[in-house]
Amino acid sequence: MLSRTAENLYWLARYVERAEYLARTIDATLRVTALPAAYIGKTNEWDSALLTAGVAGSFYQQYEEANEHNVVDYLSFSAANPSSIKNCIEAARLNSRSVRTALTSEMWDTINSAWIELQAVWSKGTSTREDLAKFLRFVQETSLRFDGSAYRTMLRNDAYWFSRMGVHLERADNTARILDVKYHVLLPEKEHVGGPLDFYQWSSILRSVSALTAYHWVYRETLKPWLIADLLILNDTLPRSLASCYGNLVRNLDQIGVAYGRQGPAQRHARGIRNRLEHSNMNDIFQHGVHEFIQEFITDNSRLGEIITKQYLI
Amino acid sequence: MAVAFDEMNIPGGDLRPAYQELARWLKETPPEALEYRRQEAELLFRRIGITFAVYGEAESTERLIPFDVIPRIMSGKEWALLEKGLKQRVRALNMFLRDIYHGRDILRAEIVPDDLIFQNPVFRPEMNGQQVPHDVYVHIAGIDIVRTDAEDFIVLEDNARTPSGVSYMLENREIMMRLFPDLFARHRVAPVERYPDELLAALRSVAPQSASGEPTVALLTPGVYNSAYYEHSFLADKLGIELVEGRDLIVKNNEVFMRTTEGLKRVDVIYRRVDDDFLDPLTFRPDSVLGVPGLMSAYAAGNITLANAVGTGIADDKAIYSYMPDIVKFYLGEEPILKNVPTWRCREPKDLAYVLDNLGELVVKEVHGSGGYGMLIGPAATKATIEAFREKLKREPEGFIAQPTLALSTCPTCTASGLAPRHVDLRPFVLTGSKRTTIVPGGLTRVALKEGSLVVNSSQGGGTKDTWILDE
Repeated sequence: MLSRTAENLYWLARYVERAEYLARTIDATLRVTALPAAYIGKTNEWDSALLTAGVAGSFYQQYEEANEHNVVDYLSFSAANPSSIKNCIEAARLNSRSVRTALTSEMWDTINSAWIELQAVWSKGTSTREDLAKFLRFVQETSLRFDGSAYRTMLRNDAYWFSRMGVHLERADNTARILDVKYHVLLPEKEHVGGPLDFYQWSSILRSVSALTAYHWVYRETLKPWLIADLLILNDTLPRSLASCYGNLVRNLDQIGVAYGRQGPAQRHARGIRNRLEHSNMNDIFQHGVHEFIQEFITDNSRLGEIITKQYLI
Repeated sequence: MAVAFDEMNIPGGDLRPAYQELARWLKETPPEALEYRRQEAELLFRRIGITFAVYGEAESTERLIPFDVIPRIMSGKEWALLEKGLKQRVRALNMFLRDIYHGRDILRAEIVPDDLIFQNPVFRPEMNGQQVPHDVYVHIAGIDIVRTDAEDFIVLEDNARTPSGVSYMLENREIMMRLFPDLFARHRVAPVERYPDELLAALRSVAPQSASGEPTVALLTPGVYNSAYYEHSFLADKLGIELVEGRDLIVKNNEVFMRTTEGLKRVDVIYRRVDDDFLDPLTFRPDSVLGVPGLMSAYAAGNITLANAVGTGIADDKAIYSYMPDIVKFYLGEEPILKNVPTWRCREPKDLAYVLDNLGELVVKEVHGSGGYGMLIGPAATKATIEAFREKLKREPEGFIAQPTLALSTCPTCTASGLAPRHVDLRPFVLTGSKRTTIVPGGLTRVALKEGSLVVNSSQGGGTKDTWILDE
């Protein structure tokens, strides 16, 4: 397939995934900030939301204060923020148009109708909490529909694999970023001194990667920070965990390798990251430092993005 | 202006035979049901994303072309005549182009004046003596046809460069079949859906000799911001070929390749929807970012077929148009089956004098214009517009031709106040491959939705209709 087509499919999937993640982050932050101050402490959750979205720097060039109004606006609707939900959806639609021949009509329809529907939101904004909630839900549903359409209608060939790689790479990045911002509340068992205060932080983390229910099914336990870290980093049954994302990335890259009859640096690099995740346990990670571990992962993950681009997309 | 010929109603109350079943159906169908399906159609078009862009409009870069749900119907007999005429015309266009870029018999015979060719910006000296596979220059032609009475078909314009609109012909039919199955059940309408197959076959048949047994065809688009981008992606999809932009292609050793995830892959035939000027920055406009550097050398080396060929603009130029009846006679020794609109060439002083005296009744067109931009429709223009145009004409008479205002035929069309006659034209698409010329029955009917308006161009508020050829 054309390199440009593969690139568009890959980024299309990334944009949709990112839009969903942003919607989840805003959703989770709204929940936690609605609690009385006594429950969440003094941290500014809107600041955290900006950090997990990786846009704190550019935000402060335009705004003085990270409050609900400013952050929701910047993450959702701002044209100046290249990663706002609006820009993700616009970019996804533009990418879809350029690769229409590689999309199934169901996928195109999902993106195009969402884009049409959201024009009204862009022009009017969301004046009430209810409107905002509806908008955030709509974005998440669009992503689910898009993912489902891809899964159910695409041929299992390179187009599908490039698109899936976009999803997993973006997802791994998102999960890693939330861990990076919140690592200080995720302490190992013996150092744990948290009070009820942290409980809401923890559930907020899980909510933003849609893993709150999953947690209870996996551990059958009350929320424990070290288990949350275990779930998001190492548990490959959770679709948004780093381990699961890398299991999928390695599989997709192998499928491409088989189809094209050769492997390259992308396959090797992805396998390296997967192996490290497979052979780690939480004790080691805590010993090594969660923060360092995650930072290394973020660097490795974006490096994989660069290698894939060089090997296939340009 | 005379009363226009209506394709459905004969003055006095009778119906033309092709429309009888439609008239019966319309009588049985309540107006609300029609309105409901009209809205349904619009929704479908928007969801499928069948849009086009209007140049010069900042906002609303994507617009829908209004679709009229009342089909335009022609009998099989009418079509047979039209088809014969179209094939004749396109054969002559191809022979004319071959001649202009080779022997130039027609210039020596003094049928077409030299300066009209050599001083014409759309003439491409690069094509002099260049062989094109099977001598086909115009693989895809869109010939604009109008009617003024029941007997004749008149060519309004030949489009031999990158004619567009065929996606509307195909999508209009799809949507009509979805919305009006009952109406189809009552007619035998010749299908149009094999157009993509015919197009692919034609394109493959003209692959260069150096191509492999299974030639690779690609469609070259200027990109998502082009007004016809939807059509480009639609056709690439239907043909099962790659939709490429200039940056996807690279020329190496005079061969053209596309960049793929598996490395470079040779391309043999390019169905290009990029104008000559932008094809190759090394040969034509150096500022073009839409083209492929070196494409013209690969073309000259005979390693790539461009469809349509470079330099076909010289055949559909409006100044050449007026010579078409003579061109047909010269190459084929036949009487032209399709008529030409009588045309005054403003470059000739006698014609110019007549045109200046009668601006109020004439349609004046720029020789190199297209899409309905920059033309004067005398009877519909204000005094001031006419005077402004008169100055333009005097300054640059060779830039214009003039024609009488034709009473284009009308067809019943949905309007705010119910069904009413509106003026229409027709663009059939003529495909020429190495061995045969084919035309799917019908084409794109364009309709001027404003009452009395004669401008059918989508950029000027025109709409489209499904075109039915009855298979009797």
